[in-house]
Amino acid sequence: MVAVGTLYGRGDARRYETNPATRETDWVKWLILTAALTFFLLFLLMPLIAVFTEALRKGWLTYLTAITDPDALASVRLTLLVAAISVPVNLVFGVAAAWAIAKFEFRGKRFLTTLIDLPFSVSPVIAGLIFVLLFGAHGWFGAWLFAHDIKIIFAVPGIVLATVFVTFPFVARELIPLMEAQGREEEEAAVVLGASGFQTFWRVTLPNIKWGLLYGVILCNARAMGEFGAVSVVSGHIRGQTNTMPLHVEILYNEYNFAAAFAVASLLALLALVTLGLKTFIEWKVERGLRDTI
Amino acid sequence: MSIQVKEIHKQFGEFVALDQVSLDFPTGALTALLGPSGCGKTTLLRVIAGLETADSGRVILEGEDASDTHVRQRRVGFVFQHYALFRHMTVLENVAFGLRVKPRRERPDDAEIRRRVHRLLDLVQLDALAERFPAQLSGGQRQRVALARALAVEPRVLLLDEPFGALDAQVRKELRRWLRRLHDELQVTSIFVTHDQEEALEVADRVVLMNRGRVEQVDTPAEVYEAPATPFVYGFLGAVNVFHGRIEGPHLRVGEATLPHEQTQVIHGAEAVAFSRPHELRIVTDPDTPHGVAAVVERVLIFGADVRVELDSLPGAAVRGEPAHYEVVMPRAQVDALALTRGQRVRLVPSQIRVFPSQAA
Repeated sequence: MVAVGTLYGRGDARRYETNPATRETDWVKWLILTAALTFFLLFLLMPLIAVFTEALRKGWLTYLTAITDPDALASVRLTLLVAAISVPVNLVFGVAAAWAIAKFEFRGKRFLTTLIDLPFSVSPVIAGLIFVLLFGAHGWFGAWLFAHDIKIIFAVPGIVLATVFVTFPFVARELIPLMEAQGREEEEAAVVLGASGFQTFWRVTLPNIKWGLLYGVILCNARAMGEFGAVSVVSGHIRGQTNTMPLHVEILYNEYNFAAAFAVASLLALLALVTLGLKTFIEWKVERGLRDTI
Repeated sequence: MSIQVKEIHKQFGEFVALDQVSLDFPTGALTALLGPSGCGKTTLLRVIAGLETADSGRVILEGEDASDTHVRQRRVGFVFQHYALFRHMTVLENVAFGLRVKPRRERPDDAEIRRRVHRLLDLVQLDALAERFPAQLSGGQRQRVALARALAVEPRVLLLDEPFGALDAQVRKELRRWLRRLHDELQVTSIFVTHDQEEALEVADRVVLMNRGRVEQVDTPAEVYEAPATPFVYGFLGAVNVFHGRIEGPHLRVGEATLPHEQTQVIHGAEAVAFSRPHELRIVTDPDTPHGVAAVVERVLIFGADVRVELDSLPGAAVRGEPAHYEVVMPRAQVDALALTRGQRVRLVPSQIRVFPSQAA
């Protein structure tokens, strides 16, 4: 959705500029440009630079020590683990939900579409609380879980659950408009030609949605690694055990250990930059694909 | 390979798409399903293919009841209006798809698949474009690829859903002739859906006319045009003039005029509607002639050997509150001799009319 949306605009900008009917006067143009660029510098670029400057303020050695600290490494491992579980889970859920909404007619379809957005509209803190209320010691299933010696809250399963919940919409949201736009005809054609359900999905549906899917996965992954609010509620902040990177950053910061806090933060920022790079690459691929189809 | 459908009924909610339709499609023939949009023709085609399930009724392919078989097992070729080509595959891979998804023991080896695909692409004159992607082809080329893809699995029947609907007029005409030639060559039983009467009459061996989920007439193109079975068919095929009136013995009274008719199955005194083709009307300029329906010349359109004259009914002679319009086609020389002018009062004398009881209209 986003990938396609931003692309349509591109060729048009020059047409706006060269067409006297839509061209703005110079001072309007410069005013808007200045406002946008100032905002961009102040609120996006400066913090990014600040993170890296602060992280390296006390030199590379401190930086390396901070990120090789056992607790920091544990938080990196936990963050990667949580992402490694929640992204594939949401990949499967997202494709299934998008498929259901785009390709089937059923009662309550509109309700389901709205429900998919719930994790976006609800505050992450509340998302975390939901799981505490369900699985916490005094929650609905608390007594049963305790009796069977299963730990969810203040443990890794709780963090995974909260992350899955918060990142659920990314893949589905990306795919629904894409699959709706593509319709059913190609799949019908495949089935008439004798393809089985799986062959149709693998050879026709999936290749058509692969870039949108990858785009959704990347966004999902970025959020899974960066989620703070929901995870903070269910994690319990046990160092070396239930601390993800964002939580670890907070703890270090609260202990006035700024250099270490920024060092771990810079790792997160790096991950974000890699994500952005991948995203741009995919947009570029999609744009090329679009140009071919027009 | 014959196709039969028996008492097919299909409803979408309250809307009846197919109302007890029974039809026979003879082996080797090219049949057109013709009708206005929403008449059920596409639904019928999809029911035959198995892409849609009828509420009741049976589809019989080659004498075998196929109603309960899956679309996968029916071995039909289906060509979609918007081609439905696999956009991420080359032309070659599109055509090869049906062969590649076969179970391993039935699947030909890769060299054989390529050989067969190239033969088909030769047939549709697209072999040079085998490595292109659908997006790089014109509409007409895409539809030919879609046809080659449908033929690749050696279907028992070929079903085409508005195959030329998305193409511009020039390409349409060309593809029409090409499809007819291809059919004569392959002799595969084919059904194609269209709302374009010219297309149906020009290409098909037989035309099935549908309206509101029912079959109105099944005949050769010449017969449906020359002898329409119902008022709907009359109105749908080609331009036609309509006269509303009352039966008075061997005459139809239209306003103050009377038109002789030869229909025997209408009751004296009944409300009736009569049809006449534009070339079956004669214009009489003598104001004193007692025959024919009075009209006013509205426009004279001259292009080509024939001239079209458009006329309105006299003011005040409106039927059912609406003024009637008439259309007459005649050779140029005759029009020149009549020297018609706009607003001139004339009389229209039909050489032939066909009368139907009014309630059927």
